[in-house]
Amino acid sequence: MRVNLKVRRLNPENGGEPRFQSYSIDAPESATILDSLLQVREEMDGSLALRCACRSAICGSCAMRINGQARLACKSKVVALAAREGDEITVEPMGNMPTIKDLVADMTPHWEKVRAVQPWLKPSGPEPEREYLVPNRTMLELAQPMGCIMCGACVSDCTVLEVDKTFLAPAALAKAYRFVGDPRDGAGGGRLNMLSGGSGIWDCTRCLMCVEVCPKGVDPLGQILKLRSRAIEAGLTDNLGARHTLEFEEQVRAASWLAG
Amino acid sequence: MSTHDVLVVGAGLAGMRAALEASRQGVNVTLLSKVQPLRSHSAAAQGGINAAVGEDDSWESHAFDTVKGSDYLADQDAVEVLCREAPGDIVELERMGTTFNRRDDERLATRPFGGAGFPRTCYVADITGQAILHVIWEQLQKGGVRPYEEWFCTSLIVDDGVCRGVVAMDMTTGELHAILAKATILATGGLGRVYQPTTNSIISTGDGTAMAYRAGAPLMDMEMVQYHPTTLKGSGVLITEGARGEGGYLLNSLGERFMHKYAPEKLELGPRDLISRSEWTEIEEGRGVNDCVLLDLRHLGEATIKERLGQIRELAQDLANVDPVHEPIPVRPGMHYEMGGLKTDIHGATPIQGLYAAGECACVSVHGSNRLGGNSLLDTVVFGRRSGRAAAEYARGQPAPAGISEAVVQKDTKAIQELLSRPQEGDRPAVLRRELGETMNANVGVFRTEEPLKEALAKVRELMKRYKRVWVQNKGKVFNTDLIQTLELGFMLDLAETMTLGALERKESRGAHSRRDFRERDDQNFLKHTVARHTPDGPKLEYAPVTITRWQPERRAY
Amino acid sequence: MTSGNGNQRFALFGGCDVPRKSTPELFMSAVAVCGKLGIEVEELKFAPCTGSGIVQSKDLRFADTLNASTLAMAEDLGMSLMVICSTCQGVLSQTNQRFRENPDYLAEVNKELEDLGLQYKGTTEVKHLMWVFLEHLGLDQLQKMVTRPLTGLKVAPFYGCYILRPSSALGFDEHPERRDSLERVIRAVGAEVVDFRGKNQCCGYPIVSDNEPNAWAMVGNHTMAAKDLGADVMVTPCPLCHMNLDGVQPQVAQARETRIGLPIIHLPQMVGLALGMQAWELGFDRHAVPIQRVLEKIGAS
Repeated sequence: MRVNLKVRRLNPENGGEPRFQSYSIDAPESATILDSLLQVREEMDGSLALRCACRSAICGSCAMRINGQARLACKSKVVALAAREGDEITVEPMGNMPTIKDLVADMTPHWEKVRAVQPWLKPSGPEPEREYLVPNRTMLELAQPMGCIMCGACVSDCTVLEVDKTFLAPAALAKAYRFVGDPRDGAGGGRLNMLSGGSGIWDCTRCLMCVEVCPKGVDPLGQILKLRSRAIEAGLTDNLGARHTLEFEEQVRAASWLAG
Repeated sequence: MSTHDVLVVGAGLAGMRAALEASRQGVNVTLLSKVQPLRSHSAAAQGGINAAVGEDDSWESHAFDTVKGSDYLADQDAVEVLCREAPGDIVELERMGTTFNRRDDERLATRPFGGAGFPRTCYVADITGQAILHVIWEQLQKGGVRPYEEWFCTSLIVDDGVCRGVVAMDMTTGELHAILAKATILATGGLGRVYQPTTNSIISTGDGTAMAYRAGAPLMDMEMVQYHPTTLKGSGVLITEGARGEGGYLLNSLGERFMHKYAPEKLELGPRDLISRSEWTEIEEGRGVNDCVLLDLRHLGEATIKERLGQIRELAQDLANVDPVHEPIPVRPGMHYEMGGLKTDIHGATPIQGLYAAGECACVSVHGSNRLGGNSLLDTVVFGRRSGRAAAEYARGQPAPAGISEAVVQKDTKAIQELLSRPQEGDRPAVLRRELGETMNANVGVFRTEEPLKEALAKVRELMKRYKRVWVQNKGKVFNTDLIQTLELGFMLDLAETMTLGALERKESRGAHSRRDFRERDDQNFLKHTVARHTPDGPKLEYAPVTITRWQPERRAY
Repeated sequence: MTSGNGNQRFALFGGCDVPRKSTPELFMSAVAVCGKLGIEVEELKFAPCTGSGIVQSKDLRFADTLNASTLAMAEDLGMSLMVICSTCQGVLSQTNQRFRENPDYLAEVNKELEDLGLQYKGTTEVKHLMWVFLEHLGLDQLQKMVTRPLTGLKVAPFYGCYILRPSSALGFDEHPERRDSLERVIRAVGAEVVDFRGKNQCCGYPIVSDNEPNAWAMVGNHTMAAKDLGADVMVTPCPLCHMNLDGVQPQVAQARETRIGLPIIHLPQMVGLALGMQAWELGFDRHAVPIQRVLEKIGAS
């Protein structure tokens, strides 16, 4: 089938101005956007730069904006994106990040924010004799944020990040819950305190964009809401976001006739 | 030129575990990787990691299964180390935060895996590799180890028989630099892209194995290539053995669980080489379904599949249009793992002073001629740790590398300039890559015979000649993947030559190396390792003895 | 799918204090437009606030119970539930999705509802008025009833996050036209769509009291982008978006030291104009950004 791609190019060695370039290839029905881009690179234009590795949606290399929305190129079937065969599909690098070249985004800001939430287990208390004993249920619950492959799709399309580059953004916040929610981690208080400050959990506008674009079902907003819930439970309510939530909830309770 | 105590090349599980261990020894460590560490192929390991953690299990039992699984080619002293140290390493991974599944009593859960006499595969749903990779990366963030990220190695620096570091290209500027180190650990992973199709990532091109080989390090057992029994047709993407560990069946076109014929005791949980051969036979004899067999998981139920096999369900839906809850998945054997690699001792040291290796690029040998599922992740952690420690201890006693001139960098810079200025007369690298992959898959695959092996060797040598005239279209400096893939192709061709020659000269069947013209295992003549050394005229083969401690070779049946 | 689904009455959930107190013009124009189009509605006067996503972050269970009561009320009447707010649509659809995926959870919630004499069986369909136009009335029928086509009027759509995401909860697989429903309605009433990237992004309302600079930045960016592309007006199916895009627009303009002046109207106001209704019937005088020039352009002043 005919596949028409409109790819955003940018070459720092050539002035660094973005421009669009169209490519047209013949590809099998089962082709993904990654397959198509690699075919373009092999057969037509060896200068096209993109990141890719596993082609099975586990390494997170190939996140890019396809038809305006961040996706993994290896998981995006051409037939699902072109309403009719031959419809042009736009391919751009991830948003909210500078571009190094073509489809290769500079993910440094993202990595810095992930590091900022101190993403390592901080156990406290006496060491167990062998492994920590934890119920399977808690490990299964953590499977959701643990499933994050750090592809950056949620960061690319986060609507808050577009207006405020200091926002920690969904990936780092979801990663933070992975530890707050881990019974083996003893630093919850400190973590929640940091996350309740500026640019943290209360700056999320709940627009659900991260939920929509995440290719691994991590539900970053869901993790952020769990952090909010825990922060309130921990008494960290001395901020606008928590206070607003508590006031609103009280109003709704008062107006309803449901007990509790 | 920058200098470090320990340089780890490759930031997958083995590399990062080595770096973590070395940094704990208090030496100056750095990592270098051609991709961001979390993009390493370790992330794609799905099913689990083995350790004798169960109360009724023993490391000796694990070791025996591993030795038998290797068809007696594994070095038993290395296997003993692997299996004895496994439980300690798994517990350490758990303590670092790995979210392993648990039993009802909250202890580490285990699932059965191929070739194992006892369920001893610890797992995190079907994303075990990804989960552990992320945890080790987190620990490195804690320690502040910052890698050279997206740097591509072009060659090893070996001066007077001692390894002094590497020459590498910063992919964002195209500039080459020398990175010197007292000790270098190669953890560059597998070489699956020598074959097509393969389960392996696009980056699995055997870079470190080839660089060290060119610099004089011996390669061992390169002909031992594992075909994984359950890969998707076309893409070659992996469907974990864990699907069979959870109880999945393999069916032929007649709806039979055909493994009854080939492994009456273990059935679908026989070792991978046996299952791949069985599937291939079924397909060749006309009992396949579109050149595949069927992996049936329907009887496991939606709840189990969702909880334990969620990733592969998505892969089957996305890449094969099949929902395993309702339909069997068509699968076929696909090239997956290289048991062979850089010869090391049980501390990860190669014969070249200052050069260590761990993970898939190394051959200790713990896997011999066939690797058990769940032992590769274990290998990376155990020998990553051991090589990290050994390299750090060695480095402590060494002065900083001195007297290395810019000439080492200029040599590679010139070679690249030459490559970039070739006329557009030869092939494009993609053409050679495809021909190489198809030839290897057809002739050096599950079943091997003399003539096709000779043809494959001739083909590889022809490709090596054509490689001298291959041309690079992109002349830029920033992120020139065209150039990088061309350099990777050079590595792959060198390795393919050793793999094919080794297969040709090993006139027996053992483990994954199955000769139609020499069907029996020949312990008399071939209970030995194939060792390949680089010469200007191609690989020179020698043989090395297998270390046997407790288990004399027996008939291998499942 | 633009053909109608026959005669059907809808239980109307007017929403919380927002449509009643802050944007009463929405409720008023919605009811009036339904009347004109022959869509019969029966208001659920006692249905509580959906929680708006805020209560959900403090106590999901309580919020789901509130919404279960609303859904049960509609179910008892044997009607689908019509909403006039993107946020209500999203929150209620997500609630339904949770109940569908976990029947045990629904059973627990139902225990709480027993005292109210309510039980939710899980069958209520929730449809925004915009979707009712598409799937019940049919856009062909809507078009037939247009007496004042908004020809030449350039309208920028602004959906509101909760009526677009998460797509799994909103039935987009069965009803793919919901993805661009607002644009379809704009065209059906004769106006021209001004396509701009912000149409499916966030207006900033949820953080307007927590992080004013960010919320204002969103309002400024979206209104100015639409205006730069030639929009005469922006239309939205969500009163919360309206409150932000319209309500704080003058302050945002002042803070940026520029003029924006892009009128923001509710979906039923736009449809009402096209059906020939008078401006005074549709409550434009309540808006912060004056609508006069739009009315002049379509000859409705």
